[in-house]
Amino acid sequence: MSLDVARIKKDFPLLSRTVRDGKELVYLDSGATSQKPYQVLDAERAFYETSYAAVHRGAHALAEEATIHYEDARSAIAGFIGASPSNIVFTKNATEALNLCAYAFSNATALSRQGAEGRSIDPRFILGPGDTIVISEMEHHANLVPWQELCAKSGATLRWFSVDDEGRLDLSNMDALIDATTKVVSVVHQSNILGTVNPVRAIMDRAHEVGAIGIVDGCQSVPHMPVDIAKVGADLLMWSGHKMLGPTGIGCLYGTSEILDAMPPFLTGGSMIEMVSIETSTFAPAPQKFEAGTPMVAQAVGLAAAVRYLEEIGMDEVAEHEAALTAHSLSALTAIPGVRIIGPSTTFERGSTISFVVDGLHPHDVGQVLDNLGIAVRVGHHCAWPTCRRFGIPATTRISPYIYNDESDIDRAAAGIIAAQKFFGVAP
Amino acid sequence: MNLESLYQEIILDHYKHPRGQGLLAEPLGSAHHVNPTCGDELTVEVGLATGGGLVVGYEGQGCSISQASASVMTELVNGHTVEEAEAVRLAFIAMMHAKGAGEPDEDVLGDAVAFAGVAKFPARIKCALLGWMALQDAEIQSGLMTPQSNEKTQ
Ligand SMILES: Cc1ncc(COP(=O)(O)O)c(C=O)c1O
Repeated sequence: MSLDVARIKKDFPLLSRTVRDGKELVYLDSGATSQKPYQVLDAERAFYETSYAAVHRGAHALAEEATIHYEDARSAIAGFIGASPSNIVFTKNATEALNLCAYAFSNATALSRQGAEGRSIDPRFILGPGDTIVISEMEHHANLVPWQELCAKSGATLRWFSVDDEGRLDLSNMDALIDATTKVVSVVHQSNILGTVNPVRAIMDRAHEVGAIGIVDGCQSVPHMPVDIAKVGADLLMWSGHKMLGPTGIGCLYGTSEILDAMPPFLTGGSMIEMVSIETSTFAPAPQKFEAGTPMVAQAVGLAAAVRYLEEIGMDEVAEHEAALTAHSLSALTAIPGVRIIGPSTTFERGSTISFVVDGLHPHDVGQVLDNLGIAVRVGHHCAWPTCRRFGIPATTRISPYIYNDESDIDRAAAGIIAAQKFFGVAP
Repeated sequence: MNLESLYQEIILDHYKHPRGQGLLAEPLGSAHHVNPTCGDELTVEVGLATGGGLVVGYEGQGCSISQASASVMTELVNGHTVEEAEAVRLAFIAMMHAKGAGEPDEDVLGDAVAFAGVAKFPARIKCALLGWMALQDAEIQSGLMTPQSNEKTQ
């Protein structure tokens, strides 16, 4: 393995703590959220200690400095996916970014019904009965529920790619699923429950063929692999800072200039306007148009530090490290009788997040035994309940390593699974 | 905190050999509850025996704690009056919220005292309560309990 995990681990203060009566912590829940290195914590603290003030308002020295920090952060974060800063909108998290997208459609639709004097409403965002929205059976609830709500409000119909037994999207009917009625296609880049990496480029290309807007949920890809927005081909792509070593409370939405200009705003109020009279307002250009209110300035500074930290390691190296861990995890888990992987069984087009079930054991009970050994994993439906239903299971246990994990962490989890089987008397 | 304090023998026994499983032929009321954090699902049905005692059945899928708790619950409330069952139910809920403090009343709770340790695992309290919450809803559904009388006792 190319990463010096022991050295990396030293950057993460939390990882040196013990849990459950002095047990060494093994943190395998980075798919839910990642831990934070000193570099991120220090950057945020230093910003508060030296340059903190309101951004984009006021003319004093601190306001100027804070604004420079905020916009420099935007540039660094944009660069991470090969985008320009004006194409990056800061949101609270990926969930908010997805809602921002869905609300662009419902707001455009509502405005068009009102005639919306003086406002040009892009017809691509106007939805009604007969229109379709295409997602997949492996979406996180964040990329499902907003579209269900949009369908309920607009009369549009939800369609989805189904998932096969290996946990891959069935693309055989892509041309029928995405057709002339399709207004939006929104799919996950890397599944947070199955680990599958989807061929998003082909899906985006098909979306564009029919004039639909293409959205990619990059929550699990941007932190774990090099993502070049030009290669993904999405009109909109979002992710959360907290899953890539950054602070909570900040997410990013990438949008092409053309699409961001065409989208009506989501939250409105201060900071996002151009001109306001008592009767009506006009809006600032993107990204400000989508950043109403006082933004998450310190969090942006922290996330930029996370980006620098990852760039210093190199995203190719991160992906390579995770690929090696994936291979190790797959063989360690499948070597345990009674363990079944839910998701791709090989490393091909797959991330290091691995879900599994243990015969005769409920995931909650597996997780409890692991927790007792100091191993933090996630149990449940992972906010992908339809995916669990697809596999006829109520829940899974999931390991999701990151740059601070090595093979010994995986081996401890595997030993913990065997301990759980013994404890409950279900060892085959 | 060790695993054995959570997974008492009685709990494991009820998990492996559940009692009272199955739905009723003629339920008066039924309630389907889910634990949205983990996807566990449980349907609890209530009826009355000819003698007037409660009959409770359940069906579902879930972890050892939720399944064993439902199993113990049926043993504790079957054949009892609605009022007696409610006293046990409230004692169980109180035990779950006691954070491990105080001695649960074994005379009221019987085998269910084995769940006292669950109260020290916040993530598992919901599991233990799943069946008992569904029981209340099923009783309200059936008309055996009114929502108001339940509000008074909370
Ligand atoms: C694939 C995917 N999409 C969306 C989300 C939502 O992210 P957040 O909860 O940070 O908004 C997550 C994380 O939970 C995720 O893994």
